[in-house]
Amino acid sequence: MSTAPQPKQGTRPVAIVSFAQAPTQRRIEQANEVELLMPVISEVYAQANMTKDDVDFVCSGSTDYLIGGPFSFVTALDAVGVWPPKRESHVEMDAAWALYESWVQLQEGDLDVALVYGFGKSSLGDLQRILALQLDPYTMAPLWPDQVSLAALQAQAMIDRGLATEEDFAGVASRSRRDAMNNPNAQVANDLDVATLLKEEYIASPLRRHCVPPLSDGAAAMILVAGDRAFDVVDRPAWITGIDHRIEAHAFGVRDLATSPSTTKAAHMAGVGEGDVDVAEIHAPFAHQEILLASALGLSSATTLNPSGGPLAANPLMAGGLIRFGEAANRIMDGTASRAVAHATSGPILQQNLVAVLEAAS
Amino acid sequence: MSDALETQDPVTMLSTPIRLDYDFTAGVAQSRSLRGYAEGRFVGQRCPVCKKVYVPSRGSCPVDAVPTKEEVVLPNTATVTTFCVVNVPFAGQSIEIPYITASILLDGADITFMGLIQGIPADEVRMGLRVEAVWVPKEELGPTLASVKYFQPTGEPDREISTFREHL
Amino acid sequence: MNQRCAVIGIGQTHHKAKREDVSIAGMVREAARAALDDAGMDYGDIDAVVIGKAPDMFEGIMMPEHYLAGALGAVGKPMLRVHTAGSVGGSTAIVAAHLVATGIHKRVLTVAFEKQSDSDAMWALSVPQPFAAPLLAGAGGYFAPIIRAYINRSGAPNDVGMKVAVKDRLHALKNPYAHLQLPDIDLKMVEESIMLWDPLHYLESCPSSDGAAAMVIAAEDVATAQEKSTGRSAAWIHGMAMRSEPTMFAGRNQINPQAGRDCAKDVFAQAGVTNPRKELDCAEVYVPFSWYEPMWLENLGFCDEGDGWKLTDSGATSLDGGDIPWNCSGGVLSSNPIGASGMLRFLEAALQVRGMAGEHQVADASKALGHAYGGGSQFFAMWVVGSDRPA
Repeated sequence: MSTAPQPKQGTRPVAIVSFAQAPTQRRIEQANEVELLMPVISEVYAQANMTKDDVDFVCSGSTDYLIGGPFSFVTALDAVGVWPPKRESHVEMDAAWALYESWVQLQEGDLDVALVYGFGKSSLGDLQRILALQLDPYTMAPLWPDQVSLAALQAQAMIDRGLATEEDFAGVASRSRRDAMNNPNAQVANDLDVATLLKEEYIASPLRRHCVPPLSDGAAAMILVAGDRAFDVVDRPAWITGIDHRIEAHAFGVRDLATSPSTTKAAHMAGVGEGDVDVAEIHAPFAHQEILLASALGLSSATTLNPSGGPLAANPLMAGGLIRFGEAANRIMDGTASRAVAHATSGPILQQNLVAVLEAAS
Repeated sequence: MSDALETQDPVTMLSTPIRLDYDFTAGVAQSRSLRGYAEGRFVGQRCPVCKKVYVPSRGSCPVDAVPTKEEVVLPNTATVTTFCVVNVPFAGQSIEIPYITASILLDGADITFMGLIQGIPADEVRMGLRVEAVWVPKEELGPTLASVKYFQPTGEPDREISTFREHL
Repeated sequence: MNQRCAVIGIGQTHHKAKREDVSIAGMVREAARAALDDAGMDYGDIDAVVIGKAPDMFEGIMMPEHYLAGALGAVGKPMLRVHTAGSVGGSTAIVAAHLVATGIHKRVLTVAFEKQSDSDAMWALSVPQPFAAPLLAGAGGYFAPIIRAYINRSGAPNDVGMKVAVKDRLHALKNPYAHLQLPDIDLKMVEESIMLWDPLHYLESCPSSDGAAAMVIAAEDVATAQEKSTGRSAAWIHGMAMRSEPTMFAGRNQINPQAGRDCAKDVFAQAGVTNPRKELDCAEVYVPFSWYEPMWLENLGFCDEGDGWKLTDSGATSLDGGDIPWNCSGGVLSSNPIGASGMLRFLEAALQVRGMAGEHQVADASKALGHAYGGGSQFFAMWVVGSDRPA
C-alpha cells in the first residue's frame, strides 16, 4: 500500500486529486463568470466523486479590475453553493495562491478537503491599460506603460546578457504551439518552425507576435485532499511535497530583470533540486520568460517543459497559474511523471513567483 | 536634498484620470430575464432541487449550485418586504434624491430585488405594501430593468409581515 | 491550531478623512513600523507578509501589494494578498495567524489599509451596471432596509441606533487614533443630523477614513522571548474562525445570518467560551451602521434573539459601567479605513488583553473578541484573544 510522502513544509501531506478547466477562448460571450465556473466546478466534483458537502474549505483567486466592478468574487460564489455556511476565503491574486492558502489551511488537522478555483476574462476590457494599474500609482501608472513593452525590456536584458537569442524565443513558441495541438483546452496550437516564426514583425522589439501570450477567457478548479484519504479518491494523487513563494521589488530599476531571484529562492525552499524533475509546468506568459524561469528553477534539459503548451497556448489571467498546477498534477495522476514542478507568477514581469514540487507516492 | 528643494512645498496630490471601458457579459440566464423586460414581463427560473423561484434569472441556484433551466413568468404584482429612503448624493447618481428603494417580492417569487417606489408619499410607504410594476411605454421597452419605471401601490390590503418573514 | 501563537506587535495610524501628507506606501509603513517597534523587531526579522484591503477600485490601483512589497520589507519573502470584502481585515489577520499556528513561519507581519481619499468608495461600490436600474446607493442603501426589518421584528424603540452612535463616539474620545472626535456628541446631535438612508441618520453611519493597521504574529517561543525582552505582554490567540454564505438566496436570514452564528459558535468553542457576555471582558465588533450593534449582539450569542436592543438600551455595552463593553475604541462608527476596519477590531481586542489600550482600557481585561463582517452580511471572520496562553 502506498503512503503519502512527507512534505518539506508543514506537517501534513496534501495532494491534488482532481482538476478541471474551461476550454480557453479569446472571447467567451455566452457565459458570465458564474456560468463559466459552474461546469468546471461540477467536473472536479464528479472526477473526485464528491459533492459540495464534502468540502471543508473553499478558496478562490480573481481580480475586480478584469470585470470592471467591485466584488466579482462574491457573485462567483453562486457557482459554488456555500450553504450551509462554509469556511471560505479569497485572494486578489492568481488562483495558484488560493491553492497556497488552502494548503496552509489543510495543515490544520481538522480540515481534509479544499476546493480551489480561479477565473478571469481578458476580453472584457483593454488588458494593456488595465494591467498598467498594477504599477506604482505615483511614478509609473500615470505613464500607462503596457505589459508587452515591459516584457520586451526584460527580453532585451536577457539578450544583452547573452542569456538567450530571438531564435531561442521562437524555439519556445514553436514547441509550445506544437505541444498545444494535443491539448483540447488550448487556444493557440499549430505546427510552425522557428524560421517561419522569425519572419513575423516585431510587436515590441525584441518580441514578435509568437513571443506574446494570447488574450484568453477561462476558469479552472481543483480539489485538494489531506492525508491518506487522497488515495480513496484517485490512484496516483499528486502530492505537494514542497511549496514556497517569494516576491521581488516593484521598481524595475532596482531589479535585475534578466534573472528571477524570487523563483530561485522559492525553488530552493520547495526542494526542486533534490531529485529529478520529469515535467515542469511554468507560468511564463512570454516566450523569453520560460527560458529565464527554467534557469531560475534550476531545471536540466532532461525536464519536459510545458507539455500542455503553457501560457503561450492559453493564458486566462487569475486562473493561468492554477492551470500550471493542474497540468503538472495531471501528469502525475496519469502516470507520465513521478516528480513534477509547478510554477505560477503574479505582478508585472515576474515580480512574484510560487513554486511547488508534486510527487507520486512511492 | 538641495536647499532649493527644501524650500518648496511638498507635492501632496497627483491626479491620474483613469478611463477604462468594459464589455458586459450578461450570460445566458440573465439574458433571458433581460429579453423578458424588453417584452414587458418578469422572467425567472426555478431551481430543480429546492424548487425556489429566482428572478431575475441567475443561471444557478446559489444554495444547491446546480444550473437552473426551468423558466417561470411572473406577474406584475408584488409586496414591499422592506425599504429605505435614499437621501445621499453621490457621483454617478441618476435619480433625484430623496427616493425610495424597496425590496420587491413578486408574487410567486422566492427572492426579492431592489425597485423604485412612486405614487405614494414617502412617509406612507410600509413593509407589506402591495405594489405593481409600471412599465415604460411599449416603444421604450428594452432589455434592462430600467424598463420598469417604478412600482406603485395597488390599493389592496397590506400583506401581514409574518407571511413573508423569510424574504427580505 | 497546531501550535500556540500570539500577537506581539500592534500598530495603527491616526485615522483621518484625508492623509495628504503620505503616499499609500508611507501610510502602511507607519502602521507596520509601529507594530515592529512594539514587537521589538525590524523588517529583517519577519518571515512573511500578509496584506489585505477592500476592492482595488477604492484607490484605483490593481493589486497594490506589488507596489507595496518594498515599503513593507517583503522583498525576498512570501507575500499574500487577501480580499474578502469588508471582513478582509479580519480574514487577513487569520490567514497570517494560520501561517504561524501551522508552524510554517515564526514571525508574520500582517497589514491592512484603505486610503479612501485616493478615489471615491461610494462610487466604487455603486458602479452603474448595464441593464440594471441605477438604484444602488452605497453600503447604507444596502443595509438600511435590513435594519428596518430588524426594528420591526424586534420591536426595538427607534432611538436604540442613536444610542449606539453616541456611545461609540464617546468611546472614540478616549482613543487618540480614532477619526471622529465629537466632544459634544449627544442624542440630539445624532437626531438632528441628516437622514441619509432612512432609518439611518448621518451620524448613525461610519465615516470614510484613510488609515492602516498592522500586527506582528509570532510563534510561542518567539512570543515568550519577546515578552521578556520588550517587557510587553503578548495577546494569545485562543480561537479563530471564518464562515461565508451566498449573498442572496431564497429564505436567507439577512438580519441574523447563519454564517455569523456558525462562525461565533466555532470560535467560542475553540476558546472554551460558553457564555460570551459573562466570560469575555469586552468585544470589538464590526458595527458600520449603529443598528448592527444590537443585531450582532444577537447573532454572536451575547443574548437571545430579539433582545440585543435591550442590552444596548440598558448601557451594558458601554465602557462607562457596562458589563460587556463593545467597541471601546470607538469602533467602525468612529474610524473606517474599510480594508483596515476589520483588522482594527482584531487589533483592539489584542490591545485590551495586553492591557495597552490606554484611556479606553477595560480594567483587567483577559479575554476579548475581535469580529469583522463583509459583503451582504455574508462573510465573517472572528478571533478570541486572551492574556493567558491557551490550554
